[in-house]
Parts: sequence; C-alpha cells; structure tokens
Amino acid sequence: MNTENLIALLVAAPLLGAAVLLCGGRRLDRVGHWLGTLLAAVSFVIGLVLFTDMLGKGTEERSLHQHLFSWIPVEGFQADVAFQLDQLSMTFVLLISGVGTLIHLYSIGYMEHDERRRRFFGYLNLFLAAMLLLVLADNYLLLYVGWEGVGLASYLLIGFWQHKPSAATAAKKAFLVNRVGDMGLSIAIMLMFTTFGTFAFKPVLEATAETSEGKLTAIGLMLLLAACGKSAQVPLQSWLGDAMEGPTPVSALIHAATMVTAGVYLIVRSGAIFNGAPDAQLAVTVVGAVTLLFGAIVGCAKDDIKKALAGSTMSQIGYMILAAGLGPIGYVFAIMHLVTHGFFKAGLFLGAGSVMHGMNDEVDMRKYGGLRKYMPVTFVTFGLGYLAIIGFPGLSGFFSKDKIIEAAFAKGGTEGWILGSVALLGAAITAYYMTRVMLLTFFGEKRWEPDAQGNAPHPHESPKSMTIPMILLAVGSVFAGGFFSIGDRFMHWLEPVTHHDHGDSPLSAATVTGATMVVLVIGVSLAWAQYGRRPVPSVAPRGSLVTRAARRDLLQDDFNHVVLVRGGEHLTRSLVYVDHTLVDGVVNGTAASVGGLSGRLRKLQNGYARSYAVSMFGGAAVLIVATLLMRAV
Amino acid sequence: MSATAVHNLWTMAAADPIDKIDAPKIEYGQLAPTLIVIGAAVIGVLIEAFVPRKSRYYAQLFVSVVALAAAFAAVVALASGGYGTTKARIAAMGAIAVDGPALFLQGTILLAGLVAIFTFAERRLDPVTHGNRIDSFVAQAGAVPGSAGEQAATKAGFTTTEVFPLALFAIGGMLVFPAANDLLTLFIALEVFSLPLYLLCALARRKRLMSQEAAVKYFLLGAFASAFTLFGIALIYGYAGSVSYGTIAKVVDGTLTTVDPALAGTMGNDALLLIGAAMIVMGLLFKVGAVPFHMWTPDVYQGAPTPVTGFMAAATKVAAFGALLRLLYVVLPGLRWDWRPVMWGVAVITMLGGAIVAITQTDIKRLLAYSSIAHAGFILAGVIATTEEGVSSVLFYLGAYSFVTIGAFAVVTLVRDAGGEATHLSKWAGLGRRSPLVAAVFAVFLLAFAGIPLTSGFSGKFAVFKAAAEGGAGALVVVGVISSAIAAFFYIRVIVLMFFSEPKADGPTVAVPSPLTMTTIGVGVAVTLVLGVAPQYFLDLAGQAGVFVR
Repeated sequence: MNTENLIALLVAAPLLGAAVLLCGGRRLDRVGHWLGTLLAAVSFVIGLVLFTDMLGKGTEERSLHQHLFSWIPVEGFQADVAFQLDQLSMTFVLLISGVGTLIHLYSIGYMEHDERRRRFFGYLNLFLAAMLLLVLADNYLLLYVGWEGVGLASYLLIGFWQHKPSAATAAKKAFLVNRVGDMGLSIAIMLMFTTFGTFAFKPVLEATAETSEGKLTAIGLMLLLAACGKSAQVPLQSWLGDAMEGPTPVSALIHAATMVTAGVYLIVRSGAIFNGAPDAQLAVTVVGAVTLLFGAIVGCAKDDIKKALAGSTMSQIGYMILAAGLGPIGYVFAIMHLVTHGFFKAGLFLGAGSVMHGMNDEVDMRKYGGLRKYMPVTFVTFGLGYLAIIGFPGLSGFFSKDKIIEAAFAKGGTEGWILGSVALLGAAITAYYMTRVMLLTFFGEKRWEPDAQGNAPHPHESPKSMTIPMILLAVGSVFAGGFFSIGDRFMHWLEPVTHHDHGDSPLSAATVTGATMVVLVIGVSLAWAQYGRRPVPSVAPRGSLVTRAARRDLLQDDFNHVVLVRGGEHLTRSLVYVDHTLVDGVVNGTAASVGGLSGRLRKLQNGYARSYAVSMFGGAAVLIVATLLMRAV
Repeated sequence: MSATAVHNLWTMAAADPIDKIDAPKIEYGQLAPTLIVIGAAVIGVLIEAFVPRKSRYYAQLFVSVVALAAAFAAVVALASGGYGTTKARIAAMGAIAVDGPALFLQGTILLAGLVAIFTFAERRLDPVTHGNRIDSFVAQAGAVPGSAGEQAATKAGFTTTEVFPLALFAIGGMLVFPAANDLLTLFIALEVFSLPLYLLCALARRKRLMSQEAAVKYFLLGAFASAFTLFGIALIYGYAGSVSYGTIAKVVDGTLTTVDPALAGTMGNDALLLIGAAMIVMGLLFKVGAVPFHMWTPDVYQGAPTPVTGFMAAATKVAAFGALLRLLYVVLPGLRWDWRPVMWGVAVITMLGGAIVAITQTDIKRLLAYSSIAHAGFILAGVIATTEEGVSSVLFYLGAYSFVTIGAFAVVTLVRDAGGEATHLSKWAGLGRRSPLVAAVFAVFLLAFAGIPLTSGFSGKFAVFKAAAEGGAGALVVVGVISSAIAAFFYIRVIVLMFFSEPKADGPTVAVPSPLTMTTIGVGVAVTLVLGVAPQYFLDLAGQAGVFVR
C-alpha cells in the first residue's frame, strides 16, 4: 500500500467525528466524547505510521503528495484538493494530533458536568480537521479553507459558553479581528494568482527567483497581515486575551499550542517569498520583536492566570515570528520553539485548568496561594512547564529559545544587535512573570475565601483523565528540546524543506547562553523579591501607570476603539451620507426622469388609428432615408 | 409604339410556340406540417357547415388538437430525418425552404398553437348562463353589440366555434411565413395568417366594442403595413428581376449579372434595392411590434380576447422573426453594412421604448403588450449579430418566450370579477394572499420576462446578448441590459403588488379552470423552469438549427 494514500485519512478521521457528533443528536451524548477522542487518536496513529515510514526513506523521497480531486477546474484557474506531506507538515501533524489527542482526553474530565459536552467534542474534532487541512494543503487556496476552518472552530469554541455575554463578545471579537488577517491572506492569494498564475506551493515558491522584489514584498506583507491575525501579533493581538473566555482545554489546544502557530507555519512555508523580499522580512522581525515585549509586559500585570498565560503565549509566538523573519537562519528554530512551546504551554494551560477545576473556577491568582500541598501532580507538571518556558538549563525552552536569541544576534549589523537585545530582554521578563505566576499560585499563604454564597473552595487534585495528559506534556516539556538539539537532529530533519544558514554571529554561542542565564536569574530574583518574600495582597494594589496600562492590555482596546471603531464609524457615516444624497439622488433622479419620460411617451399612444398610421409612415420614411444614407456615407 | 410594332409583338408571340407550363413538383412529405394544418382548417370550415351546433365545439377541438399534434409529429419526423441539417433543401419549386430554422420555428409555432388552442376551448371560467357553458368568444359575431339579437344569441347558447378553423388558418400561414423562400410566398403567407387574426381579435364576448375597435385598428394598420411590404417587393423585383430569395441574393452579391431585357432600365439600381428592402423589413417589423411600428400592439392586445392575445403575442412574433431572419440572412447578407446600423437604431428604441412606456401602464394586458415590445427589441439584438450563433440564440429566445407569454395571458384569463377579466392592475393587489398558487405561477412568468436566472428568460436573454456581443454589437448589449433593468422594475412591481399589498374588499376572484387551461399554464411553467435550469439540450437543438438553406 502506498503510504501517501493515508494522508487524506489524517483529515478525514476528525472530520468524520465532527460530522457525526454535530449531526448525531442526543443519542450520542453518552459516547460522544469517547468517539471524538478515539478519532483524534486515530489521526495521531496514522500520523505516527506516516512518520515511521518517512524516517525509513531517504531525504529526497520524504515529501509525499496525494491528489484527491480537481476542485475548481477552470481554464487558467486550477485549484486542486491535494495534500503535501513533507517534514514541515509532518512536524505539525504530530504536534496537532498528539497534543490534540491529549487535550481531548483531558476534556473528558474537564467538561464532565457540561451538558453540551458532545457538541464540544464535535467542535474540537472540527478544529483538528481544519488545522490538519491547513498544514497538509499543497496550495494556498486549500490552506485558506483550513485557515477559515480553524477560525470558525475557534469562534465556536471561544463562545462555547455563549450564555455568558463576555464569552459571546470575545468570540465575536476574535472572529472580527481574524477577518482582518484573513483579508490579508485572500489578497495575498489573489496577488499570487496574478503574479504566478497559480497558487500551488511548488510552482509559486519555485518561481520566486524570477519575480520582482516589489511583488514579493507586497505578497509577503499581506501574508504577514494574515499571520498577525491568526497568531495574535501586534497590531492584531487584541483578541487573544479575551479568547480565554473559552473552556480551558480550548485555550490550551487552540490558543496556545496549535492554531496561533498557524501564522508561523504560513511564514516558514512561504520562506522562498520572504527570502526574496528583505523589506517584508524586516517587517516580520519587527512585528515579532514588538509582540514579544508587548505580550511579556501584559503577562506581568495580569492577575487572571489564563490571561497571564495568554500574554505569555503572545510573547512566545513573537519569538517564533521573530525567528521566522530572520530567514534561513531562523526557520528551523522558529519551528523547534513552536513544538517545544506546544508542549509546555499546553501543559501550563492544562495545569491552570486543573487549578481552576479545584478552585470553583476561580481565575484570580491573588485568591490562590500555597496550592502545592493540595495539588501535587498539578504542581509538579506546571512547575516543569514553568522551568521549560523560562529556559531553565536542560529543559526544552532552554534549547529552543536560546537558539532564537543566538539567531537574532546572527542576523548581523545594528538590526542583529537590536533584535538580539530585545530577545534577551524578553527572556528576562518571561522569567519574571512566569515566576510571579508560579509564586502566586503554588507558594505563599493560602488566600482563598468563601464566596458570596459561603461556598469555600476545597482545592483537590484533578481526576486521572486530566492529570495523565498533564504528565505526558510535562515529559515533552522536559525532554523535547534536548532530544531535538543534541546532534542537531531537528535541524537535519527540517533542513531539506526550510534550508538553513548559520549566519554570522558577533557573539559566540557560549556568550549568548551566558547572557541568557544572567537575565534569567535577574528575572526570577526580581519576582521572588516582589512576590516570594513578602505576603501578597489578595486585592491588587493600584500600581504604577505602566502597570495599570499593562492590566488594560497596554490600552490595545482603547486604541482600537478610538482609531478603528470611531474612525470606522465616521467613515461609514460619511459613506452613508454620500450614499443617501449622491448615490440615491442619482438613482432616484434617474428613476423619476424615466418615469416622467414614460408618462410623456404614453401620451403618444392616443388611440387614433390615424396617428398610429402617421407614426408608421414616419418610421418607414426614416428607415428608408437611413438605409440610403448608410450607403451614401 | 407604332401599330406595326404592336402587331409585330403579337405575331412574334404567335409565331413562337408557347412554352409548355410544367406541372409544379410538390414535395408533399416535406410540406406535410403546413398541409396538415391547412387541411384541418378546411375540415373545420366543413364542420361549421355540416355538423349540428351542439357537437361542433367537440368536433372542432378534436380536429384542431389532432391536426396540430400530427403536424408537430411531422416536423419532428422531418427534423430527425436530417431535413434540418444535411438534407436541408428548397421545396415546392423554390417557394418554401425546408431547413433547420424553418423546422425549429414551425415546431415552436405548432406547440405554442396547441397550448393556445386549449385556452380557446376553455369554458369553465364564466358561470353557466341559460344552461350553457360559455367561452371567451362572442355568441354570434354578426350580432350588433348590446342589441336584442345579441341577447337572443346568448340565450340560445350560440358559440363562435369558427375560432378553431380561423386559428388553424392563421397557424398554417405562420408555418409558411418563416419558411417562405420567395417574396410572393412571403406576402401570401403574411396575409393568410393576418386576416384570421384580425377576425379573431373582434370576437371577444365582453367589451365587444373595444374588441371590434381593436380589430379594425389592427386591420387598417396591418393593411397599411402590407401595402409597404408589397411595394417593397415590387421594387426588389425591379432591381433583381426575380422574387426568389436565392436569385436576389446573387444579384445583390454581384454573382448574377444576366439582365432581363424587359427590366433593363431598373435592374441593378441600388436605390430600388435599398428602398425596397427597407419597406419589406418595415412590414416585418410591424408584425414583430418594433418601435415605431408598434402602436397597434397595446390597443390590440388589450382589446382582443385574452386567449387570442396570448396566441398572437407568441406565434406571430415567432413567425415574423423567422421571416425577418431569413430575409436578412439569406436575401440581404450582402447588404448587411447598410441594414445593420439601421436595425441597431430600431433595436435600441424598441428596447428602451417598450421598457420605459410600460412603467406607467395600469392595465395588465397593456403592460404585457409593452413588455412584448421590449422583448422584440432584445430579439432584434440577436438578429443583428449576423452570425450563426445569432440565429440560434434568436430561435431559442423565441421558443422560450412563446410559452411564457401564452402562460402569462392564460393566468390573466383566470382573474375575474363581475365584468369578466379584471385586468386593471389595482385589482391585482393582494392576489398572493388570496390565491397564492396562481400569484406564484404568475410571478414565475414575470421573473422569466425580467430575465431572472433559473428561468427561461435568463437563458434566452443571455444567449441573445452573448451572440450580439460576439457579433460586435457590444453597445447594443449595454442598452439591452439597461432596458432589462428598467423592465425589471415593472415586472417586480406587479409581484410586489400581488404579494405585499393588502387585498381589496371588492377584489376579483380567481376562477378554477378546466384541465385545458391548467395544461397551458402547466406547460408554460414547466418550459420556463426547464429552459432556465437545464437549457443545454435546447440550446444545442437551436444551435444545430442555426443554418439557413440557400
């Protein structure tokens, strides 16, 4: 059997699950969650089979291709439903289906008391199918289908608890902000079509060498806009924090481990386009650098555990985008960080969910404290995730983030220095805010109190279906980075697709590592000094101006409101005015004049046969004269 | 001329033996459709003479339906025998063409005639009076309106069953009209189908004065137009020395230069050709109802009995456009640089004129009359394409249009109040609330007239405009689309009126028709939807039928 025929099954299995679960009705309520988990696992197993098969082949033969059918066969416009499975897609397939399966498993316990659990699993399966389609598509149009599919699934899942107005609003916000990015992708695809006459990866990426830099820059910037939307990068970052209104497994799966990395995938996949457009690349690195600081600063100020983690996600994806913007120096590290981040961020979110599960869904970290005694498994797995993300030596984050900082310096010139310093600064802030989360949640005195109804939380460890995924993810958080980096395994695996360039670093690897360690210690110590040594007030102090701004997500929504919403309203109002007066005026005027003309012409029809005969006679005369004149001229 | 010369003429003629006149060779098989219909019409006359009054209606209906069905079967047999394509020929000593366009149009006319005959035969719409079922036609045409004689005739239960043979004669003429291959046959066919129509128009049971006025106007103006045509034919004969299409075309092309000595003074005179052609074309434009020869249309459509209006609007248009196509494509292709710009002008004012004046109409029959004028303009756009696709698109449009038209007028016959049909638009308000099915069917027809996708109107309009654009008449297509937009206004206005207005207290009732009218309307809806949803088979059919025999 040809293994490439299995590729479609990767997408088909969860898609089937979504269809069955969403259309099956209540009779599936009792088994729905198991069915959903099973189909996610099927996808993962098929992924593993394909992976082993791929490892058994030579580098040249690893890229598989499966053509399913012609989607839009129009002369000069050919769109196929066809899949491409190469090392890059394979990495994503394993991450998506693997982490996805674990989170399905976790959701069984987490959503146990929710009466719409079947529907939730249907949405999760839909998400998996769309995300797998996104990374397996062999052309941009099909990728766009997956892109919209994950957007839809994300919308449905953020708003899953739609009875809460905040959840419904957050879902709408995510959807709208994402539309801005989607527009970028659709424009990019149109530009590709006019430039290359196709939008299949292979011909497009091969043709970039003969294409003018201007066109590549335009396409690249539009792709960047798309990536900003999906990956919550500045300036389209505002939806991610609110998206935490969704159930925690959703935050873990979609808004930490997989969907938000789609932007990184898009940029790395389109590497050839960015390689030919240095200006677009610079824009990518700037976006990445700004976002990594932005997210980190927001993360420092949030008391809501999920929102703090959301800021962190933004910041970490900023690292990946930064790396992806560095070109061949960074592609491999962007993806490597993406994978390790998938492990530890999913683990952190699941840990946060576990904490909330035990604390009556309280999210304010100032109401936690000392939970390590009550939730030992959660504490250990969360702690390992924490160590991984701050880049503790030997753990996953250490390897992947360190490489990105090195690569940033290796960019060379002033840019390299600036980007490298920003990345280093980010590492310090990361260490600070993650230590803060850790200390507030698991250390210190317990600060929880009975709520208004007098229900005091009774923190307890979560059931097995929740802790097992956390343990597995923690294993990944600890070992993945080392496994990938020793002997440059990951680099050799991905190099055939993304290519790699070592760059020319002004600093030695050891220097960078040393500097990273130094900032790490500084960040942790600062947090310790602030939250470890002193008791934490359970009501947040007023804080400095910067803190207050950071609590409000650095005024992102205020900015959007003033500039975009108000501006948009003014624009639409003036357009409506023009429409009412000018356009309607012209239209109504035309209609009125046609009506008036009709009334006048109608009078010609006076009912007298003699007048009709005159009209015929005149018409005949004109006809004859006109015919003769035609000959004359 | 001196007496001697005259004498010489006589003696010379006497000296030469007179050429033997050959018995004309008639291909009865190939002319079967026409012969069947005309034969049935003659039988219809005999029925009027010999069959008892009580049985005439059934006998006439039977003969008409059988004849039309048999004639249609004959057309199908001819077409499948290859007479539409490879075996196309000119029959009856050069008088009648048997080719794709002729057979396609004859088939259309016969089917349209068949469903129209059903509405002629409808006798359930009015309540039974004096123990007799009554139809749309006057009891006794000769009785003076409002007279005691008229009342007596009504009381006696007389009916004008002559309408069936009259319709058959008209259909017979229409079958010949698009197939006519010389100018005299053309003219005779014109008169053969026009005269019965004038009569039919005068036969309305209600509003008889209006009906008779319409008939007289139609007759006067029709005679006027015929005079132009005939004079045009004379001029062309003077130019070419022949009335045969083929010969005239050759003279126009310059491939035939033999001069008839008797016509030496006129032959080859282009002025005669141009004036003659314009006059013949004018006669045909009168029949299709193109502006400025359209003014009879609203009055006649309104005054004629509605079944006749439907029949006339559909079948006359098919026949007349068929003849126009043959004239322009077979006789005058060498002259197209002269006639195309003129026809452009006619098409533009026809499309715009029909659509604009329709806006202020308040009578549904007049509205449909102006709509038919606008449609004539759209079809002219296809005629102007001067390509094979142009011919095919016009054929398709005519087929699609006739069934919508007959169906729409059939619906008009259903909406009645005390005075017969309630044709004033204000009475149609809220019809959709009272009779949703009838209103919905009428809405389908209106959407088809407006050319909304998934109806035959769209397929037809698309085909015609596409052919026109590819034939280099892009500007005409723009005007066509603008006119369609204007026209859509008044079609949609009727739909809005039917569905979104409050019904009036003294509004009309909707009669429940017999299966005859139901068949007509059902066929109309079916054709409208089939040609709208899956037009390809019929487009191919029209495409194969797009070549004239020369």
